[in-house]
Amino acid sequence: MSNAVREGVLPIAEAHPWRFTTREPTPLARLFDNKTFLVVMCLTPAVGLLVVFLTYPLGLGLWLAFTDAKIGRSGVFVGLDNFDSLFHDRIFWLSVTNTLFYTAAATVGKFGLGLWLALLLNHNIPFKSLIRAIVLIPWIVPTVLSAIAFWWIYDPQFSIISYLLKAMGIIDYNIDFLGTPWHARLALVAANIWRGIPFVAISLLAGLQTISPSLYEAAMLDGASSWARFRYVTLPMLMPVLSVVLTFSVLFTFTDFQLVYAITRGGPANATHLMATLAFQRGIPGGQLGEGAAIAMAMIPFLVAATLFSYFGLARRRWQQGEADE
Amino acid sequence: MNRWTRRGALGLGAGLLSAGLVRGAQAAIPTADVPMPKLDIEKGASLRVLRPSKFVDPDEAIFTENSNRFASQFGVSVRVDYAGWEDLRPQTAVTANTGAGPDVVVGWTDDPHLYADKVLDLTDIADYLGKKYGGWYPLAERYGKKFGTDRWIAIPMGGSGGPAVYRESWVKEAGYDTFPTDTDKFLDLCRKLKKSGHPAGFTTGHAVGDSNGYCYWLLWAFGGKMVDENQKVVINSKETVEALKYSKALYETYIPGTQSWLDPSNNKALIAGDIGLTQNGVSLYFSIKNSPDPKVAAMAADLNHARMPIGPVGHATEVALAINAMAFKHTKYPNAAKAYLAYMMEAPQYDHWMTDSFGYWAQPLKAYAESDVWKKDPKIAAYKDTMQNSLWLGYAGPINEASGAVVADYVVVDMVASVNSGDATPEEAAKEAERRAKRYYKA
Repeated sequence: MSNAVREGVLPIAEAHPWRFTTREPTPLARLFDNKTFLVVMCLTPAVGLLVVFLTYPLGLGLWLAFTDAKIGRSGVFVGLDNFDSLFHDRIFWLSVTNTLFYTAAATVGKFGLGLWLALLLNHNIPFKSLIRAIVLIPWIVPTVLSAIAFWWIYDPQFSIISYLLKAMGIIDYNIDFLGTPWHARLALVAANIWRGIPFVAISLLAGLQTISPSLYEAAMLDGASSWARFRYVTLPMLMPVLSVVLTFSVLFTFTDFQLVYAITRGGPANATHLMATLAFQRGIPGGQLGEGAAIAMAMIPFLVAATLFSYFGLARRRWQQGEADE
Repeated sequence: MNRWTRRGALGLGAGLLSAGLVRGAQAAIPTADVPMPKLDIEKGASLRVLRPSKFVDPDEAIFTENSNRFASQFGVSVRVDYAGWEDLRPQTAVTANTGAGPDVVVGWTDDPHLYADKVLDLTDIADYLGKKYGGWYPLAERYGKKFGTDRWIAIPMGGSGGPAVYRESWVKEAGYDTFPTDTDKFLDLCRKLKKSGHPAGFTTGHAVGDSNGYCYWLLWAFGGKMVDENQKVVINSKETVEALKYSKALYETYIPGTQSWLDPSNNKALIAGDIGLTQNGVSLYFSIKNSPDPKVAAMAADLNHARMPIGPVGHATEVALAINAMAFKHTKYPNAAKAYLAYMMEAPQYDHWMTDSFGYWAQPLKAYAESDVWKKDPKIAAYKDTMQNSLWLGYAGPINEASGAVVADYVVVDMVASVNSGDATPEEAAKEAERRAKRYYKA
C-alpha cells in the first residue's frame, strides 16, 4: 500500500476512472426484482399453511361425507346416501335441535351477563386491573379442566351444590343434574355460559372504552336517563364490536365439543348430544368416517347462516348510527 | 443365515433354561409337549410393538421386561410403545391404512377383524399355543379367528371381565349368605339393599366400558341379542322386551343418578360407601386394597366379587374387553413378529405378567387357570373364567364394522336407559334400537 493511501489521499493518477457499470444483474437478482415472483414468494408460506391445515382437511371432510369410508378402509362415492340416512335418523335431528338450543341459550346468557359485567368493569372501581385479570380466569383455564370441574360439581353423588343445599337444610336429596334430559341440557348451558362470559365481557369492555365520554356528557345535558344513555349512546356505539363478538361466540358455541364430551358424552340417552359430539362418536369410535363427516358437514349451513346474520343483520351502518332501517 | 439360526437355537436354549428357573418360582402351569413351529428369525430383525398403556405399574414394567428378554435371547431389537386407551384405535387404524409404523399391535378386540386382510396369518403359533396350554377358551377362539374360518388373525392376550363387585356384610345383612346366581334372586337382593340404604348402582350413561358391560349382560341374560348368526337384526324381540321390563324393575332399586354415570362414577360411589353393589373390572378392588387412605384400604376386607347372575337364557352372559394382538403384513420381519407373540404367551413370561398385574387381563389359554394369581387371593377368583363365561359385543354375529359401530353408538345402552328413565316403553325402545342397528347392519 502506498503512503498516499495510508494518509487517506488517493493520488488521482492512481485512481480508477469511475465508469457506469452496465454489468448484467444475475438471473437470481432479476428474479427477486420481479414483483409477481415476490408476491408469490411471500404468500406461499401463508397460503401453504392454509391449504395444508385448513383447505385440505376441509376438502377431505367434504369428500368423506359423500363416501362410505370406514376406519380402516377408504370408501367409495355414495352420493347423498349419508345425508339421506341422517335425514331419517331421529338422533341426528335431536342433536341438531340440541345444538340450536345450546347455542341460543348459551349465547343469550353469555351476552346478557357479559355485557352487564363489562358495564360494571367500565366504571372506576378499586383494583380495576386485578379484577379484570380475575374475570379472565374461566377463559384461560383449559376447557377440559373446567369441564372436569363441572363434572364434579354436577356429580349425582358428590356435587358440591347438593352438599351445600343439604347442609343448609334446603333439600334432603342429591340433585340429579345430569340424569334427566332437561337438567342435563341446562347444566351444560350453564357451564358453557360460565366459560364464555370473560371473552364477551373483555371484548365488550374494550368496545366500551372507545366510546367518547363527550357523548355521554352531551346526552346528560339533554337530560337523558341512564337507560336512555345506554339505549341511544352505548348500544349503538358498541354494535360493531358486539356483532363481531357475537359471531365468534356463536361459532365457538355451535361447534362446542369438549364440555359435552367430558361431562356427559352425549348421554343420558343422547339428550345432550351436539352435532360435534355425535359426529365424533360415529366417526371415530364408531368407525363410520363417512357418516361422521356428513354430520360435521351438516353444521356448515348453520354456521354460514349465523355468520351472515351477524354481519348483515347487526353490522348495518344505519342501525348503528341510531337511524331507522330503510 | 446359518449363523443366525444357530444363534436362534442358542437363544431358545437359554430361553428354556430361564424358563425352568422362573417356573420354579411360580405355579406349575400344566403344559403338553408340543414342538414350537420352526420360525427362522430374520437376520437383523427389529420389531416395533404398540399396546395400550398400563392400568397398574407392573403391567407395563413386566411387559417391557418380557420384551427385553425376547430381544436379548433372539438378537432382535424390540421397542414397545404404550398408547393411551382412546388413542390406540386411531393409531391402529393409521398403521393398518398406511402400512407403516408398528409391526405388532396389541389392539382392542375388534381391530384385527377390521384389518383381517392386512394382518399375518397366525394359525401356526395359535395352534401351537393352544395345544401346549390346554386349549383356547371359546371366547378367545372367537376373538382370534376370522369369523366363520379356522384362520387365526390375532392372538388374544387376555380379557378384562366385569363381574359383580359387592360389600359382603351388606349383602349378608340383606339375607344372602352367598351371592345370588339367578336374576330373580338378584332383583330381590337389590330391593333389599335399597331398603337397607346400601343400594346397587349400574351405569347406563355413555360410559363405554361399564354401560356396555351392564346393558349387554342384561340383554343376553334374557335371550335377547342384537343380531343372529347371519347378521340379521333381531333385537326387536320378546326376549329383549322381557330384559327391558326386568331392567326397569331393577333400576327402581338403584342409587339415583346412574343415568349420567361415566366409567369412573361407580368406582367413586363404591369407594365412598354410597353403594353396596356394582359391576367392574378387578382394578377397583386393587385400587381400594392399595389405597393410601387406611379407611378405604380397610374396605377391601369387606369387598367381594361374584359372577353376574344367569338369566332365563341359562348360560353366563358377561362382556369381556380383550386385548387382541396382531402382526401386520407390512412388517419386514414376519417370523420375528410371530416368534415374539408366541414367546410372550409362554408360561415364564405370561404367568409372570398376569400374576403381577393381578389378573387384570385374564388368560385366554386354559392352562393358566392354574396360575398362582387365582390362588393367592380367593376374592378375585370370579375373574378367572372371564374368557369362559363371556360373550363378545356383536354376539351372535361376527365382529365387524357394523358390530363396532352399534356398540360405539350406544344403541343397547340408550335402549336400556330410555326404558329406565320412562321415556320409552320396552316395546318402543326395542323398536328404536332395531331401527338404529339396521342403519349399520345393512342387508
